[in-house]
Amino acid sequence: MNDNQSKIKNKIRVLVAKPGLDGHDRGAKVVAQALRDGGMEVIYTGIRQTPDMIAEAALQEDVDVVGLSILSGAHLTLIPKIMARLQDNGLTDVLVVVGGIIPPEDIPILQQAGVSAVFGPGTSTQDIIKFIQDNVKQS
Amino acid sequence: MTQLDLILQRNRRALARQISQLEDEPLEAREILRQLYPYTGRAYVIGLTGAPGTGKSTLVNALAKAYRALAKSIAIISVDPTSPFSGGAILGDRIRLNDLAGDPNIFMRSMATRGNLGGLARATADVVKLFDAAGFEVIIIETVGVGQAEVEIVSLAHSVVVVEAPGLGDEVQAIKAGLLEIADIFVVNKADREGVPRTVAALEMMLQANLNRAARVIQSANGLSHLLPSVEQNSIAPWQPPICQTIATTSTGIDTLLSALIAHQTYQQLHGLRHQRERHRLIYEMEQLLKEQLWTNFMSQVPPAQLHDLVTQVTTRQLDPYTAVERLTFRP
Ligand SMILES: Nc1nc2c(ncn2[C@@H]2O[C@H](COP(=O)(O)OP(=O)(O)O)[C@@H](O)[C@H]2O)c(=O)[nH]1
Ligand SMILES: [Mg+2]
Repeated sequence: MNDNQSKIKNKIRVLVAKPGLDGHDRGAKVVAQALRDGGMEVIYTGIRQTPDMIAEAALQEDVDVVGLSILSGAHLTLIPKIMARLQDNGLTDVLVVVGGIIPPEDIPILQQAGVSAVFGPGTSTQDIIKFIQDNVKQS
Repeated sequence: MTQLDLILQRNRRALARQISQLEDEPLEAREILRQLYPYTGRAYVIGLTGAPGTGKSTLVNALAKAYRALAKSIAIISVDPTSPFSGGAILGDRIRLNDLAGDPNIFMRSMATRGNLGGLARATADVVKLFDAAGFEVIIIETVGVGQAEVEIVSLAHSVVVVEAPGLGDEVQAIKAGLLEIADIFVVNKADREGVPRTVAALEMMLQANLNRAARVIQSANGLSHLLPSVEQNSIAPWQPPICQTIATTSTGIDTLLSALIAHQTYQQLHGLRHQRERHRLIYEMEQLLKEQLWTNFMSQVPPAQLHDLVTQVTTRQLDPYTAVERLTFRP
């Protein structure tokens, strides 16, 4: 029992959210399940999340990672807003990763805004899990 | 400012971080629990359980809105099972909470069971204490009712709501899962669907057959309660669990549910049952702590070589396990 307890210590908690107005969350669900299978606790909040909702959920759930799925093309407006709200809530240590269709020229802009990784549609879920495990900052 | 101050002031980040410590580092968290304890005992705790998909989370959302309309502050704890295969979990109850985003008098936390049986996470009781001390007036715990060992939610909540929905197969799920005995209030949700009268009738029939439920207490066969003077059994009219029909998605019937909760709360207060339930809960909790403590103390004294040796003897049938344990525990 004690052995088990030490294993579950510092379980990685991930918020998976879908900001913006498009209503497709199949991709986000697939990633959520993969992360669960990778041993993480995934708080799945679903579609049409505003930056405020995402930052508040990240705060209350004390997550280590925020995973954003964006297909709508509104990433350049949404993501800086989300990053700002996370900052407002003092969540400076949270790893933010983005999945979806992001034009290559926009990736540096998102990274500038504080996004740690952008995963395109073809990324294997194993790579995503690995990236999170290697880069998560747990306090 | 100390962590205690921050919690008492309901600082959201401090609360969130504290919950993580309660989950991840139970021993380290004991000190803050000690400090919080004098501030607990004020919140009204509602347990909501039922089969997956019956609409519990949607109902929590509607219920929380109703309590907000009464100017009550609310904390919500949603518990979902950890996958025994990966140790991971998908906690999806926040999806239904969208109406309440941005309200500073609501705090919601999703918890995974992390291998704990009984429908709750090991730390759930401690998180309840945290929210209670932080001054949340109503605490709602949502948990999947899969039957068995639901004693935990009974011991933690002042009122237990069992949620049912029509059309989940022929049987009433709550009956199948043995949730009948623990309900203070029944909800037949999805009342917009077909088959509601049949579900209600089935519940009523089961309740009739189950009338002597008034004496229900949390039994702990060999527990501390046997060492204490028995709590007097009041000769009061037993509480009759009402059956409320709701459509959670449109908040229909929530006022009836709210009235039922308030009636149950009043009934318990009137007859001193809240105090009695609290007492049983604390007996249960102290038992758990005592077991943990004794186990830790004991195991720190057992020489690993002796344990290893005894296991070998039991494996090879030189010794039976009963004698082995007697030898372990006998210290001249
Ligand atoms: N038709 C109908 N659907 C509902 C009602 N309440 C919840 N639902 C739906 O039932 C599904 C499961 O709800 P959820 O609250 O997540 O159930 P839980 O698993 O018990 O927490 C969701 O799609 C809800 O929108 C209701 O009163 N009527
Ligand atoms: Mg739910």
